[in-house]
Amino acid sequence: MAGAHTKASEVPAEFDETRARMVIARLAHLEGALLPILHELSHEFGYVDIRNVPLLAEALNISRADVHGTISFYHDFKTAPQGRHVLKLCRAEACQSMGCESLVAHLAATHHLAPGETTPDRALSVETVYCLGNCALSPAAMLDGELIGRLDHDQLDQIVLDATGMRS
Amino acid sequence: MTTKIFVPRDAAALSMGADKVAEALATQARQRGLDVRIIRNGSRGMLWLEPLVEVETTQGRVAYGPVRASDVASLFEAGFLSGGDHRLGHGLTEKIPFLARQQRLTFARCGVTDPLSLDDYKAHGGFEGLAKAMALTPAAIVEAVTQSGLRGRGGAAFPTGIKWRTAMNAVADQKYIVCNADEGDSGTYADRMIMEGDPFSLIEGMAIAGLATGATRGYIYIRSEYPHAFGVINEAIRSAESAGIIGKAIMGKGPAFHLEARLGAGAYICGEETSLLDSLEGKRGQVRAKPPLPAISGLFGKPTVINNVISFTSVPWIMAHGASAYADYGMGRSRGTLPVQLAGNIKFGGLFETAFGISLRTLVEELGGGTHSGRPLRAVQIGGPLGAYHPAHQLDTILDYEALAAIKGMVGHGGIVVFDDSVDMARQARFAMEFCAVESCGKCTPCRIGARRGVEVIDKMIAGDHRAENRALLEDLCTLMTDGSLCAMGGLTPLPVMSALTHFPEDFDKPAMPLAAE
Ligand SMILES: Cc1cc2nc3c(=O)[nH]c(=O)nc-3n(C[C@H](O)[C@H](O)[C@H](O)COP(=O)(O)O)c2cc1C
Ligand code: SF4
Ligand code: FES
Repeated sequence: MAGAHTKASEVPAEFDETRARMVIARLAHLEGALLPILHELSHEFGYVDIRNVPLLAEALNISRADVHGTISFYHDFKTAPQGRHVLKLCRAEACQSMGCESLVAHLAATHHLAPGETTPDRALSVETVYCLGNCALSPAAMLDGELIGRLDHDQLDQIVLDATGMRS
Repeated sequence: MTTKIFVPRDAAALSMGADKVAEALATQARQRGLDVRIIRNGSRGMLWLEPLVEVETTQGRVAYGPVRASDVASLFEAGFLSGGDHRLGHGLTEKIPFLARQQRLTFARCGVTDPLSLDDYKAHGGFEGLAKAMALTPAAIVEAVTQSGLRGRGGAAFPTGIKWRTAMNAVADQKYIVCNADEGDSGTYADRMIMEGDPFSLIEGMAIAGLATGATRGYIYIRSEYPHAFGVINEAIRSAESAGIIGKAIMGKGPAFHLEARLGAGAYICGEETSLLDSLEGKRGQVRAKPPLPAISGLFGKPTVINNVISFTSVPWIMAHGASAYADYGMGRSRGTLPVQLAGNIKFGGLFETAFGISLRTLVEELGGGTHSGRPLRAVQIGGPLGAYHPAHQLDTILDYEALAAIKGMVGHGGIVVFDDSVDMARQARFAMEFCAVESCGKCTPCRIGARRGVEVIDKMIAGDHRAENRALLEDLCTLMTDGSLCAMGGLTPLPVMSALTHFPEDFDKPAMPLAAE
């Protein structure tokens, strides 16, 4: 099974029904196969295209409504392509106590980017997460699956500049 | 002679550049023609010192930290390979007070060994508990766990032995062992640390649960925010299988035990056990009404033991050393040890495993060194987002389940988040409601609708709109959520809210602020 995230270098592929069917067929035998398949589809394509829904319903013998319901329930499953890089900013209590909200404000003021948004060139998506398990080294973030501790404004600027290919 | 250097592979250490440090150490050792072996261990839990580099000397392991890649040259120049003095040096690791003062039972190996070396694991007492359990009847294993006094470390503190007995007595063609590694509480990272630093202990604990209950399949449900832990656990499962420890026959001669790790998908509620089971089944993570208990009808309707990571990883020690040895630690109805996680605005943040009964002040001020910012401490939140906020004067409370309940708080999963005096407690109360609204599974109204209303009401209070009336409304709402919610998500959200209101009323009475634009 794939990791929890899409690698930075992998450009999300367009939807391809044949490949989607292959992913589904490979994992459909698992007990409770839907989540592992949705993770694998996210990994392969960078998101879960809604055109997967009938394929999943058929392969797992469940209703389309159930598939939809599951996809929409989890924060991880995105139904539209994300940026090539994904920055998850922790905004839970331990990180609040170390000023994560000032990072959010800085991102908005300096880079016109808010959690939930993607840069127009689709280089970088920013998401809110609640706890990355790095609460003794807050504020924490995760960039393309790599954990960051003691994130500060300068580092944040660097991340945005590196991702969008603009050097200061 | 080869010198051993330890550089943690723990995600917290990686987050501070441990990979770069390991690389620099390897390169520069090569350039200097020095014979070293770099071992990627787990974390010792002194997270403010990460990356903590250790060198094995004739005296014992010597610690340096926090080490940046740019410090590596000076370490070599200082002769750190033989324990030489350096400004980042801390002497013998085991003598560092933060570590020396702990009672490490569950985390005894964490940071000491190579997490993925079965030889290391065995050399440090690994699988002794499983071997003892193999010689016992299921009832005797359950009895030992019951006698140890172990209570679930995931938050609800239910006696583990009683849960196992119910599953043992259930009759079914298939039973399951499920590990709750969803660790969603802010301020907690013990599950992550032990999965990355001593993964075989989780496998061992779950296999013992399998023996005790007759379950032959197990799942570890790991939150997707923990890709490193997921990777380590998967590797550990594979090597335990190829070594014949689990799989077709436990330790080559026992019953089958097949283990698989699964990823969560970013939903706090999936830490609630019945929601987790639905999620494992491939559904929305919606909370189930109880009864039936999971031990009777759990995963796919089969008898299921579901426990937290730390509950399972406590069991091998209990089996190896005896139930009463474990129960000798702790006090009252809180037996054994708890890995306390010091987090947030704290100078020396890290994991401190200790017998129950230590005071919060000792933990936060003496060991934790007070706030990171150096400003006065104003509040601590204990037990995650559903835990209470306590003012500084409550720090003399003893850490134990009953003592915290007596001051309207809870131990939860053992996380303590420190806030300095810049915190706005009305905002924290608002966040508690907002978090509940965002993460609610939506099954019952008091939680789904109540939390949204809660955010609105607190916003009005902050804005100075009918403060007294809105305060009364908020209190009513909290009572409704406490009494009417199906699970502790809606049921305990009033805890942080009401504790903020009770202990820090002045923050709800500041000059009016315009309504939040969100
Ligand atoms: C909203 C909510 C979130 C929870 N999150 C977790 C969690 O992340 N990890 C955990 O072990 N238990 C969590 N629990 C507690 C579990 O429901 C359950 O009590 C636990 O898995 C039982 O294992 P234990 O007895 O070993 O603690 C949560 C409970 C609720 C209500
Ligand atoms: S209290 Fe909230 S999370 Fe729990 S069952 Fe009700 S709606 Fe779901
Ligand atoms: S609260 Fe941010 S990492 Fe835990």
